[in-house]
Amino acid sequence: MANKKLKKQTPKQQAYQNFAQEREPKRPLLLNCFRAFLVGGIISVVGQFFQWLYIKYFGFTELTAGNPTVATMIILATLLTGLGIYDHLAQYAGAGTIIPVTGFANTVASAAIDHRSEGYVLGVGGNMFKIAGPVITFGVFSAFVVAVIRIKVDWLGGM
Amino acid sequence: MQQFLVAFLVGGGICVIGQIMLDYFRLTPAHTTVTMVVAGSVLGGLGLYDPLIKFAGAGATMPISSFGNALVSGALSEAKNSGMIGVLTGIFEVTSAGISAAIIFGFLASLIFKPKG
Amino acid sequence: MLVGHQSWLFSNAPVIIASAAVGGPFEANGAVAEDFDILHDDIWMGQESLEKAEKKLLEEACERVITKAKLKKEDIQFFFSGDLTNQIVTSSFAARTLGIPYFGLFGACSSSMEGLALSSFIVNAGGARYVMAAAASHNGAVNKQYRYPTEYGAQLPPTAQWTVTGAGVALVAAAGEGSRVVAATIGKVVDLGITDPFNMGAAMAPAAVETILSHFRDFGVDASEYDLIATGDLGKVGHVIAAEMLAEKGIVIPPEKLTDCGLIIYKEEQNVFSGASGAACSATVTYGHFMNRLKRGELKKILVVATGALLSPLSYQQKESIPCIAHAVAIEG
Repeated sequence: MANKKLKKQTPKQQAYQNFAQEREPKRPLLLNCFRAFLVGGIISVVGQFFQWLYIKYFGFTELTAGNPTVATMIILATLLTGLGIYDHLAQYAGAGTIIPVTGFANTVASAAIDHRSEGYVLGVGGNMFKIAGPVITFGVFSAFVVAVIRIKVDWLGGM
Repeated sequence: MQQFLVAFLVGGGICVIGQIMLDYFRLTPAHTTVTMVVAGSVLGGLGLYDPLIKFAGAGATMPISSFGNALVSGALSEAKNSGMIGVLTGIFEVTSAGISAAIIFGFLASLIFKPKG
Repeated sequence: MLVGHQSWLFSNAPVIIASAAVGGPFEANGAVAEDFDILHDDIWMGQESLEKAEKKLLEEACERVITKAKLKKEDIQFFFSGDLTNQIVTSSFAARTLGIPYFGLFGACSSSMEGLALSSFIVNAGGARYVMAAAASHNGAVNKQYRYPTEYGAQLPPTAQWTVTGAGVALVAAAGEGSRVVAATIGKVVDLGITDPFNMGAAMAPAAVETILSHFRDFGVDASEYDLIATGDLGKVGHVIAAEMLAEKGIVIPPEKLTDCGLIIYKEEQNVFSGASGAACSATVTYGHFMNRLKRGELKKILVVATGALLSPLSYQQKESIPCIAHAVAIEG
């Protein structure tokens, strides 16, 4: 990916890219991975707890407990976003808070909260999916393609 | 107890993959989550994600990749009932709780909270 | 008077008879808090939106500087102002409130010195008795526009910078008590291909170097001419790069002399990654901290090189690199 960008640049620019890159403080990859692992794992444990709760006390089955669990985690993440806590946790955890579905809730909630100043219809409504949009769009589109391919393959297999 | 440990390990592990995408491959958070979701769709289509959920529980349902899997599941199960049109009608079947919750509570949050900085 | 290729010498020595710096809570906890005239304890300033808060900051700074100079709005001929908002509405709305003939500037974070250079030129040429030069920014409003919503959980890299919430204004007059603006060098747009909007320092450093070299060449001086050469907001990363690039060209500036407003304004424990940025960064540090140091005689002659990154949120998405600019103004006494 980096090479694609370099192709269109002059030698002077390429030289500067290398120069700047050498002087760039390196991201602490190992530390960040550890933190992401830790927080992502904890969020999964919390999710697992709610799943257990819904199965044990609310009569859901293993198959159906996923839905209320995800909804619960989303509500919690939205609350933490509104309270101004989620972004500080995210600076520490990186992918640990971006990858779980709580990250999705955070993108929606943070955009909604920020754009209230533009009104509820155009501001909140119009900007809510500013950051979540790619996930929904590509999630749905890829699922569509995969499903169609799978159906065709199954159909061909059944012939 | 063991179920919690496995959830921790798998959920954490998937996040590490995400972190590598962010820091090593220098993808944006948007590109990273999109990649994860599409990966979830593909694994779901191959029938590999559901076994992972059975094994890791929330460790596999918490990451955004499960969203891709859920979309495919919904599409395929409805297609079994109503043919190809089922792909369109069923795609949001399983994920509706998540998306609805995000929209409803995101909107409520905008009513109650202000950005804190 | 034109000197060299792109510089002005202000032989009539226009004077900064008053200056003001206004800031938010983060700046109040910063390293130069005593040099601010007004500090707010939240980011809203009693307004309904963060954009309106930015406008309030600018209006307050302007009103304060006019009061400090013991003048009235009507005494001022022209108002230069720049900020980071789309269509620089913050500056335009402040100009509406002030009712002073207005020049809107977009130099991103270099707006402060762009405004000061133009103001000084006009006053020096007898085109006005009093001219105001201002710049403002607001952390929340800028993030919302350029990057992510305030509460979004992104993990910022070590090269990222923190946008200053504040406004800085200078009132330039033909005569009076205060530091004198003696010269200015106008920068060219420099783009060495950096595409990462979270590494502004590396993007802007070449522009700062280009302007400093042009200034030295046009006036035939070197670093010994100044007690302090301060770039606007290169931050830790850009500062190191700029020092090395200058050294490569044979200009070695000792570290006590080459500084950066983005490294001055906050304390280390405030965790601002590479440093501060924003149009208000160079404005508040220059019009607050540096003006006070000049007044106390701690500094005799300084060169402020405000640096700006001229990107838009869209240009980055369209895979454009980040063109940058730097404007230098020499202030004495």
